Amino acid sequence: MSAEASTAIDIDRSVGDFSYPEQHTFDAGTGLTPQTIDYISDVKKEADWIRKFRHRALKVFQEKPMPTHWATKDLENIDFDKIRYYLSRGQQPTRSWEDVPDDMKETFERLGIPEQERKFLAGVEAQFDSEAAYSNVKESLEKQGVIFVNSTEGLREHPELFRKWFGKVIPTGDNKFSALNSAVFSGGSFIYVPPGVKVSHPLQAYFRINAENFGQFERTLIIADEGSEVMYMEGCTAPKFETSTLHSAVVELVAMPHAKIQYVTVQNWSANVFNLVTKRGMAHENAEIRWIDCNIGSRLTMKYPGVVMKGRKARGEVISIALANDGQHQDTGAKMIHAADETTSNIVSKSISVGQGRATYRGQVHIPKHLKGCKNNTECDALLINPKSKTDTYPAITVRGNQHATQHEASVSQVSEDQIFYMKQRGLSEAEAMSLSVNGFVNDLVREFPMEYSVELKRLIDLEMEGSVG
Amino acid sequence: MGVIVEAENKSSSILEEAPAWDASEFPDWYREMQESAWEAARALPLPRAKNEPWRFANLKQVAAVGDYVAAPPVDEETARELVARSRMLDTSEHRGKLVFANETLVHDERPDEDGGLICASLAEAVTTHGQRLQEYFMTQEATLGSEKFALLHKSRTRSGLFLYVPAGMELTLPIEVYHYVAGHCASIFPHTLIVTGENAKVTVVDYYQSASEDEAGLSCGVVDLVAGQGSQIRYVACQNLSTRSANIHISSTLASADADVKSLQLQLGSAWSRTESVSHLSGKGANSDMLSVAVPAAGQEVDQRTLQHHAEAHTTSDLLYKNALSDRSRSVFAGLIMVDEGAHYTDAYQTCRNLLLSDDAEANAMPGLEINADQVKCSHGSTSGPITDEEIFYFKARGIPAETAKQLITFGFTAEVLAKLEQPAIEALLSRLVEAKFEKLA
Repeated sequence: MSAEASTAIDIDRSVGDFSYPEQHTFDAGTGLTPQTIDYISDVKKEADWIRKFRHRALKVFQEKPMPTHWATKDLENIDFDKIRYYLSRGQQPTRSWEDVPDDMKETFERLGIPEQERKFLAGVEAQFDSEAAYSNVKESLEKQGVIFVNSTEGLREHPELFRKWFGKVIPTGDNKFSALNSAVFSGGSFIYVPPGVKVSHPLQAYFRINAENFGQFERTLIIADEGSEVMYMEGCTAPKFETSTLHSAVVELVAMPHAKIQYVTVQNWSANVFNLVTKRGMAHENAEIRWIDCNIGSRLTMKYPGVVMKGRKARGEVISIALANDGQHQDTGAKMIHAADETTSNIVSKSISVGQGRATYRGQVHIPKHLKGCKNNTECDALLINPKSKTDTYPAITVRGNQHATQHEASVSQVSEDQIFYMKQRGLSEAEAMSLSVNGFVNDLVREFPMEYSVELKRLIDLEMEGSVG
Repeated sequence: MGVIVEAENKSSSILEEAPAWDASEFPDWYREMQESAWEAARALPLPRAKNEPWRFANLKQVAAVGDYVAAPPVDEETARELVARSRMLDTSEHRGKLVFANETLVHDERPDEDGGLICASLAEAVTTHGQRLQEYFMTQEATLGSEKFALLHKSRTRSGLFLYVPAGMELTLPIEVYHYVAGHCASIFPHTLIVTGENAKVTVVDYYQSASEDEAGLSCGVVDLVAGQGSQIRYVACQNLSTRSANIHISSTLASADADVKSLQLQLGSAWSRTESVSHLSGKGANSDMLSVAVPAAGQEVDQRTLQHHAEAHTTSDLLYKNALSDRSRSVFAGLIMVDEGAHYTDAYQTCRNLLLSDDAEANAMPGLEINADQVKCSHGSTSGPITDEEIFYFKARGIPAETAKQLITFGFTAEVLAKLEQPAIEALLSRLVEAKFEKLA
């Protein structure tokens, strides 16, 4: 490949780059005060304990400093006083697309959600700014007792199920942004899968930011009861506004003994979204939690999905693909906390830096004392496409005792001239050759995504790569 | 041993009390430099848990640096005894030997200063080679967390070696430098500065040791290796302080074009040892190999921070750190490969391997990469684990009992690093020292 500086790359987020005029009935205004929280609680008609939970979280958020002693200084560019924390039209999510307001329906139609639902999904929730506009789950699942609702409804209608784990996997004070989310959360999915139920098709949530200066703070809690299985997929888009937008979610997963949860994310926020997300799962005995994570969009993503392996033989896995283009910093990674014997974890992370993009892997593996037979495997590979592309790797691995094994490996490489030459000899253009090489680099991970997503992923990667050669 | 000082008195702590500068001992420029370093050191706070360079560090040990006081002069008998003990390499195997006891030169055996060679104790160099020394003295700032301790060192150091090897000169046999700390809670600040001219070659070994195994001492040393174009430096720091002691060792390598530096740290003694090693590769063809072996046992802790900084294109570095951890010992390794913008065709490797020999041992590894250029080959790897059953089985199948097998495997684990120095006499010496420590453990 050429060592010339790359020409500006056209980022194609055109599919998601449109917005409709705002028509919000409820608007908590800009800035964050205790009144903002009361406003949200009032609109949602929440129980007292939730209101208190929010107020406590606000205090924690205000007390906690920005984690800039290790994280990027770009965080300081977030102006919390200019953000709008709650916007909605107040209506309950509908169960039929017919009843979704036209502009929202059109939004989701353009993004292809209803079509996908018909084709291969077991349930869909579509969130527009603060609240879900549409939420539906296949009748057959409902009959088996699967609950798939938004967070407001989950806490109101099923407190016996959700309150027990709400805020337990990720405590409010985990970090500044989990505290922020705990204070102002709205939307997101609450899912309960009863014992032994295996949900054969994925459940999907779709997150959409439509308003400028808006902060989206969805909260998701998935509980897979004993022996059950579920796959959850989320997608995110936003139009490209002049000012930056904040997305700060908290996602908690609880896998009871022998349960299996797979959580798939394809994040394609526009390049001015700060995407600061806390995701963690708790795996009980013999349970398995897999985070399959792809980050293509956003200005800055900081996301380190974690698994706390609490029961014997629990398994945790993070499969991560990140693509950082001009003006983007993908700061992703994984956190594996081994808290029981014979627990195993696996982290495979691949990042591609294009143009002046920066990809960072940050990881933590913790194997405490007096456990036996824990294993961790970590692999991070970075691919640099242009001379100004950047990549960092910062893992931290703690092992106590002599009955465990960990291994960590990382490599940084670029597409070799030989590879490109080989393909050009066979009649491919340089761009095609490059795209093929990059797809080859992530191919084994892309296959971990559901079929429909992996096709889409390949297309997105091709689009991002366009024009980066030469 | 001769000297015992009551040192519990906090007011004389090296962190609190200004060094006693003797106006007659050193020229003005040196004293003034030390005074301003002292002011700067005082102004900096001690490292805190939130400081990223001190993640996983034992901050109790950091705070305990304040328990140490300035070292008193040693008496003649002690000095004689220490010189008699300073026989690591045979006389036929070294080119010179300097012995410092509490920073006083007590044995002085070195090559003649012919053809531009400078081989002097620091105190002597300050007076007789002031200009040359100032050009290089403490020009490499500490960046891996020990800024305060580096300044403390700068404000107090008066011992160690200044070696300037002019262009083309080759010193084939190593120069040995012994640094002894004597007295309870005594502290020493040994300095090593090696500068090589074009195509020069030199080997230096520093030994950091305690006069008595019963005393707690502090060694806060700084080592700067400045390798000129095409030159070659081999450097070994062999730390075998008493197991109650503390060691802070801040070293830097500056490699110019086509320079080749290999440095090795052997960590045997001290209760706590913090080493910070930086390699700056600043010219095409520069190479730095960073090697380390640590065999902590009982409650010993090794805390290792490294940086491989590639500032220019076509530079290489290779780091291999191995820790074999027994008993309740603990290791922290934090390494970073940093490739600057434009430093294309960098080849950089970093490997940290922890062998956990006990169920109470703990290993922390943070191998990092920061790559700001493409066309680079960089990788790092880190493993932590026990000796596997398969390995033991292999030996048992050949009639070797499990215990012996474990010793052999552990020894082989460290031997690989020592061999990379490619200095047979030193390798044999260091192997003996490692073996002696293992025997003590068994």
